[in-house]
Amino acid sequence: MKIEKKDVEYIADLSRLELTGEEKELYSAQLGDILSWMDELNKADTSKVEPTAHILGLENVLRSDLPEPFPDREAILKLAPQRELDFIKVPKVIE
Amino acid sequence: MLTAVETVKLIKEKKLTALTALENCFKAIKERDGEIGAFLEVFENSARAQAAAVDAKAETGKPLGRLAGVPVAIKDNMAYAGHRMTCGSKILEGYVSPYTATAVQRLIDEDAVIIGRANMDEFAMGSSTENSAYKKTKNPADTACVPGGSSGGSAAAVAAGFCPIALGSDTGGSIRQPAAFCGVYGLKPTYGLVSRYGLTAFASSLDQIGPLTSTVEDAELALSVLAAHDPKDSTSVKKPALERPFNMKGLRVGLPKEYFSDMKGVSGEVAAALDTIKNKLRSAGAVTAEVSLPNSVYALAAYYIISSSEASSNLGRFDGIRYGSSVKGASLADVYRKTRARGFGPEVKRRIMLGVYSLSSGYYDAYYLKAQKIRTLLKRDFDAAFTKADVILTPVSPTTAFKLGEKIDDPVTMYLSDIFTIPCNLAGLAGISFPAGKSAAGMPVGAQLLAKPFNEGLLFNIIREVERAA
Repeated sequence: MKIEKKDVEYIADLSRLELTGEEKELYSAQLGDILSWMDELNKADTSKVEPTAHILGLENVLRSDLPEPFPDREAILKLAPQRELDFIKVPKVIE
Repeated sequence: MLTAVETVKLIKEKKLTALTALENCFKAIKERDGEIGAFLEVFENSARAQAAAVDAKAETGKPLGRLAGVPVAIKDNMAYAGHRMTCGSKILEGYVSPYTATAVQRLIDEDAVIIGRANMDEFAMGSSTENSAYKKTKNPADTACVPGGSSGGSAAAVAAGFCPIALGSDTGGSIRQPAAFCGVYGLKPTYGLVSRYGLTAFASSLDQIGPLTSTVEDAELALSVLAAHDPKDSTSVKKPALERPFNMKGLRVGLPKEYFSDMKGVSGEVAAALDTIKNKLRSAGAVTAEVSLPNSVYALAAYYIISSSEASSNLGRFDGIRYGSSVKGASLADVYRKTRARGFGPEVKRRIMLGVYSLSSGYYDAYYLKAQKIRTLLKRDFDAAFTKADVILTPVSPTTAFKLGEKIDDPVTMYLSDIFTIPCNLAGLAGISFPAGKSAAGMPVGAQLLAKPFNEGLLFNIIREVERAA
């Protein structure tokens, strides 16, 4: 299986990763190798098999949607790369 | 190096202080961690303050916790309020946790002393700890070899005698494989038994926190503290680990024929060590039975699809906006792309892209859905095997620890070192890696026992019997 450079560019865009030309070459070869190895799975007959997303068959866990005070707000806010007062600054989102 | 059980006993008998126990660890770390590189950071100040508080409690006759004064290392993907956490990644350089993971808090509540954060493969993606963005960790048995991964720092710290207990996390073998490579015990508890609140998520349907220790008693003690329901983790189960009457006589040990009759890729030394364990089990009264796990040949590929898909979603949060390192960009999307390009290492990028590809329109059915169906087949294999056997014995990894640099450029070969540990996570079982001897070159070999969910107690009991039969 071969992954073309344009496929790598498409996947990288969906992944929000900026790749260098060198990385595009590397990943098109490596992802191709990994995916050909994964094509082994086609040998397994799963035509009548249900998928398993979660192994213990968990039940929904619900609780009241009530806010709780966080003990150290400042510890969270000071992690922000850009901050103004008690707000986290982000680049313009709406054009 | 004192075990955790010994440390607690001596401290409770006032024959040892927590500060002395801690200083002994620091001394061992200063002497040898320059060479081993198990720790990314030693929490000297907070650990001394914790130890002093334990000693003050002992002094005033207050009741001491079950881990009184036990020095514990935590993997660098667990939050500890006021301390740095990087997950072995540059994207979290400078991050200071605003809160504490439940697993870490439970140790602290029992008077354990948190001594530092252990090195790991970036975001727990790897089998050698070489994917850490900060440093290479060496195997204490031979510093030319890797310690395994991703909890390589945790395994090396225990093996080098820096601390009796280290926490690791296991998504596809990340506790058990480094435990085997370094010659210590590594437990992957049943999915849901230990809270993951405060553990940086890699693949949420597989991740589990567990202890690495130098004795089976310490693994049992650590699990008894860690296992509890936590309302902050919706996958945390309410039922505790099972305590069943145990009788070694007639215990059925399953040997998967796919692993034993055709030990393809398994080194002679690993196969020989497993034979020794088999004989010890038999002489202790157990019977062995052949079981079949026909779909285990697909487990590895299914695992990389499932874990990478989940990771591609979980790692979406590292975007340079709320925390972590950030690169300026012309637009929001540009900030994301540049921050992630600079912050993530090659293995993490590879797996994010693999996950995104598996989940993308047109490929979802062929990869992600297919892998989830394989997971069903694998679970059925284990359900059938556990009607014939009480536990299953397997190797941990096909070989002993490999050399640094040997597999780093070949992802698929690297992935193969987890072939025997991955099915346990996919099926949600309890699994433990324990020392099974040494190779001719003196490298540790591990053996793995798998049990049905919540049967950790059975695993501990069997290992004790095997060791008595020695």
